[in-house]
Amino acid sequence: MNSVPIRIGVAMVVVSILFGQLEQSIAGPTHDTRSLSRDRLEWPSADDIKRTLLLRDYNTRIVVLGTTMLGVAAGIVGVFMLLRRRSLLGDVVSHSTLPGIAIAFIMMEMIRPGGGKWLPGLLIGALLAGLAGILCTKLILRYTRIKEDAALAIVLSVFFGAGMALFKAVQYIPSGSQSGLNHFILGKTASMVAADVWVIAEVSVAIVVVIGLLFKEFSLLSFDDKFAAAQGWPVFRLDLLLMLLVAGVTVIGLQSVGLLLVVAMLITPAAAARFWTDRLGRTTLVAGMLGGGGAFCGVLISAMYPRLAAGPVIVLTGVLFFLVSMLFGVRRGIVVRVITHRQLKAAVGRQHILRALFEFLEPKCDPSAPMSLQLVDHIVSTDDLQPMRSWTPKRLRHLLRTAEASDFITAVRDGGYRLTTQGAELAHRVVRNHRLWELYLIEYADIAPSHVDRDADDIEHLLGSDIVESLERLLSQRYPHMSVPPSPHSIDVASDTTTQQAVP
Amino acid sequence: MIRSVLTQPSRSKIENEHPASAPLSIHDMTVAYHRKPVIWDIDYTAPIGKLVAIVGPNGAGKSTLINAVLDLVPKASGEVRVFGEEYHKQRNRVGYVPQRESVDWDFPVNALNVVAMGLYRKIGWCLPVLRRHRQTAMEALDRVGMADYAKRQISQLSGGQQQRVFLARALVQDADLYLMDEPFAGVDASTERAIVDILRELRERGKTTLVVHHDLQTVTEYFDHVLLLNMRLVATGPTSEVFTRENLRKTYGGKLALLDQVGHKMTMGESGR
Amino acid sequence: MNRSATMLNDQPSRFGLGRALVVGFSLVLLIVVYQLMRKIMIGARWDSYDTWTVVTAALAAMACALPGVFLVLRRQSMMGDALAHTTLPGIVVAFLIAHWLEQSGWISSATYDSWRHAAMFIGALLIGVLSAVLTEWVQKLGRVEASAALGVVFTTLFAIGLLLIRLKADQVHIDPDCVLYGIIETTVMDTVPNTNIPRAAVVNGLVLLANSLLVVVFFKELRISAFDSAISTTMGINANVMHYALMAVTAATLVSAFESVGSILVIAMLIAPAATAHLLTDRLDYLIGISLAVAACSAFLGHLMAITLPSVIFTPLGYPEVVDTNTAGMMAVAAGCLFVTAALFGPRYGVVSKLLDQARLTRSIVAEDVLGLLYRLEEESGVGSLAINQLTAMIGTTTWPTYLALRGLAASGDVTVRGSVYELTDSGREKAKHLVRAHRLWESYMAKHFDLPADHLHESAALVEHFLGADLREELAAELDDTAEDPHGREIPPEKA
Repeated sequence: MNSVPIRIGVAMVVVSILFGQLEQSIAGPTHDTRSLSRDRLEWPSADDIKRTLLLRDYNTRIVVLGTTMLGVAAGIVGVFMLLRRRSLLGDVVSHSTLPGIAIAFIMMEMIRPGGGKWLPGLLIGALLAGLAGILCTKLILRYTRIKEDAALAIVLSVFFGAGMALFKAVQYIPSGSQSGLNHFILGKTASMVAADVWVIAEVSVAIVVVIGLLFKEFSLLSFDDKFAAAQGWPVFRLDLLLMLLVAGVTVIGLQSVGLLLVVAMLITPAAAARFWTDRLGRTTLVAGMLGGGGAFCGVLISAMYPRLAAGPVIVLTGVLFFLVSMLFGVRRGIVVRVITHRQLKAAVGRQHILRALFEFLEPKCDPSAPMSLQLVDHIVSTDDLQPMRSWTPKRLRHLLRTAEASDFITAVRDGGYRLTTQGAELAHRVVRNHRLWELYLIEYADIAPSHVDRDADDIEHLLGSDIVESLERLLSQRYPHMSVPPSPHSIDVASDTTTQQAVP
Repeated sequence: MIRSVLTQPSRSKIENEHPASAPLSIHDMTVAYHRKPVIWDIDYTAPIGKLVAIVGPNGAGKSTLINAVLDLVPKASGEVRVFGEEYHKQRNRVGYVPQRESVDWDFPVNALNVVAMGLYRKIGWCLPVLRRHRQTAMEALDRVGMADYAKRQISQLSGGQQQRVFLARALVQDADLYLMDEPFAGVDASTERAIVDILRELRERGKTTLVVHHDLQTVTEYFDHVLLLNMRLVATGPTSEVFTRENLRKTYGGKLALLDQVGHKMTMGESGR
Repeated sequence: MNRSATMLNDQPSRFGLGRALVVGFSLVLLIVVYQLMRKIMIGARWDSYDTWTVVTAALAAMACALPGVFLVLRRQSMMGDALAHTTLPGIVVAFLIAHWLEQSGWISSATYDSWRHAAMFIGALLIGVLSAVLTEWVQKLGRVEASAALGVVFTTLFAIGLLLIRLKADQVHIDPDCVLYGIIETTVMDTVPNTNIPRAAVVNGLVLLANSLLVVVFFKELRISAFDSAISTTMGINANVMHYALMAVTAATLVSAFESVGSILVIAMLIAPAATAHLLTDRLDYLIGISLAVAACSAFLGHLMAITLPSVIFTPLGYPEVVDTNTAGMMAVAAGCLFVTAALFGPRYGVVSKLLDQARLTRSIVAEDVLGLLYRLEEESGVGSLAINQLTAMIGTTTWPTYLALRGLAASGDVTVRGSVYELTDSGREKAKHLVRAHRLWESYMAKHFDLPADHLHESAALVEHFLGADLREELAAELDDTAEDPHGREIPPEKA
């Protein structure tokens, strides 16, 4: 959020570079007639790969440019759809565009026979029909008892059916049979020409700019629309604008990936981006990058292997990115979460062993002197610890080894262990916190214990210092030898940070 | 439906009931969801610089009252005046703390971002959040004791901490009237204290705060005024006078089953069979 | 009607008459529609081919509608849409396996078709479960929101299916367009040897039969798990198992319907009939029955529209060459039309009937206000007579409701017209007394229990008086210890004269 100007700046730079590419590509050599639709079965030669990767082909360049921009715009818009929990609305919009395309075609044919294939006209038709689909969904939700899922499914299928019927009718119209309208359904990247790319580029840039400008507003709308309404933002109109952007992305995506798959470009990058960051601005940025990257790679791959249609390949590249993100995303990826969980388990184990040591030694210490100084004097054997908790011998050995490795205890002869100074201090603190929480539960039982985190070091923060003080008074009455309350932050607790996470 | 024959409040009377100085005055407000009346004929004028608890049983329309004041739900009838004017003219002087459950806490923002949202209206359309805005937000976070958590993603905060963030978002608006929907619901002890401290501080500075409150035990301790609500305004005034056993009985049941029954009949009659 | 306010319309005979009128009207409408359809069908040169098209489509649609009912009830409609996409790779893989088996000599080319069907069926069952499981994984493991997880999974599987078709085009003779559009027009030509019956009709009929059996046998379980999955799990009906089973059955149904009618129709028939039925009834058994009927009707109407509508629409536009259109698409449209009709004119939840109810209620409230007004006037000045414009102004409504209310009151003999003014009759006075009693009882009640200023009592009482029946009035009176005066010091009329 802090980087809106930077983000707009970056977007502008990217856009201008892309435009530069575009102009270059249009001015570039047009004598090269090899296109993406080469009908070849074998693997591409090294030369082919090189010319594709270096974007030497005019057509490839055009298609790559257009599709990448589309991917960026779709990824960015998709983030807000995901956050508003409306991911599948994009599917409804894309299916709903079909009758719009057919009607636009017929109307343009009626105005000027043979002029029905004018792309901007078709896209406007598609846009209007997509918006009509959203409107129908809203009306059904407003005036009937039908739930959202069924409303979406009905609108989607009925509009799609109507579109199919109209398409069949169009086939009878002279010039309708070769109109290539079918390409909108499954997409045909190869059929794109420079003029189409211009349309896609303009719309994508417009969408990115609008989101950049209204980033703050859209984020508030998505997070807390009630608060936004109370603050006086025109929530309904903002929502409408967001829908318009979604419809816009869908419509320009029809040509390259087709209406059946365009929704993937909205959902997948946004869902993937969530694994990488917890900040909205970065999520948007990552989603844009993943969307653009997926589209870029997908188009290139399908350019190298002509039998792989671009639409599905783009979707699958996006999914690959998604899977990688889901596994390795640094914020919510599975690997990170597994590691965190293991760390947490290790920390819990460490606290258990320290508490067991402390509680075993407690009766052996001289109650008149501070305990933390005496703990290091005693030797504890594995057999002493075994009955302290219900742990298996194997687990206990493991915990002892781990504690030894972190220098909390040292092994002495005959299989005994002795707490180190560092270990003694930590054990003291762990037990103190544990007992404070126990007391809290006893003394303040009427307060819901949902936030009792018995291992948390920030007990003062959760309970407030006055409560902790009174608890400590109680603690010192009950355990006089713990009477010198050790400062909770006397030693570095960085190693314990994993346990400080508050209960979600 | 008969408005004329017997009792027609005169024009001057309506004006009298909306003194320009009152932070909030509600006259004759009825709110209905799907034609079912939720709160009826509310008449209330909030005192300046007081802490007011809105108390009543579940489904009594406490949240609805706040939502209607904020124009979040349409009013079937009645008027609301904030500092003598309509709400949308005085929006900047009203701070709002919604219920914590009303948002998705998995949302990718950190605590500071959420607090900064309170400033969005002040910042205006299309303009970015600047360093000084974040500074203001940070100060508000500090006031609720959450400065250390500014960069935490909101799902990693405990319920009480989330509530403090919401409170900071309202504080940052620097309003004169605060409306809070159950800020004490599901929070830990220290958060409860922190919130009470903030509320008292607001009162010291002459702000008026209306709080939907659930815990009857703490009403007398925390609040100066109460507004007892059960679909209708049962009683309102200083806590010491109004928060009585008799009034609570009127609010929470006793012989008022009839009211429910009639409400039910009206719903059945109006929204189909 | 359950409003106790209907002190005016308590003539039960009217209801009987109304019902008879509705039945008669429906009968007439049915005959007219039948004649119209016959005319249209003759005009469109309907023949046995058309009939078999409709029968096949209807069977497929009904087979889909059954699992659809439970998808709608479980709020998983979009799952059905997703399955319609994900079955594509299932079909392709089944084709490939069958092809491979034939090539390697495991199965003879004579039995190839039946093997392929079996493979497709099993493939569909698996892919149905797989889609559900994958969605759940993405949702749980990745903590992705449910609908987004669904979106990711179904687009992925569909993309894989599309790629497989392209890559294995020489082994898999599937035209993706065919799967989409549906080629019901040609599948009907493929008949069972020596009969007129299309193969597709037999297949879909069998699926419908199987689904019906499943629904009948597992009716209880389906109902409880659709209503409350947690409860059903505690009762030993594992909600997850039910979920996967439903997905598998849906996918298998989809696949069998795919070949004959195409995916569009399938998606439409899965959800639209069930949603339409949901607008008309609250009982699960009726819901299923109505869904089946709607599905069959959509098939018939859709085909009829497909062969008649295009020329009607396109000839005036200057394209007389457009003579028919995609039947499957029009069936989806027909299902949509039926849904809209139900949404508008459904007897209980329809938009129109709600509006009518509202109008009726407004009229009766105005009528009661008229009675109350005239009564109070009599009470204050001895004579109560007002003209229609005075009444309208004093009630605070518009002329129309007042006019209608007065006509109703005059018809039931509660008011009489003298010149241009209206007066109460004896029966009207009696009814008015009850109303005023209710009003004043309520005012007293509110005054007793809430600290409200006297001028605030009137408005709510004016609203509430219409809803206080005799029993509630009794209760109020008892609660108030049979007070004789209201807070304004006026007499509360007794219940009985």
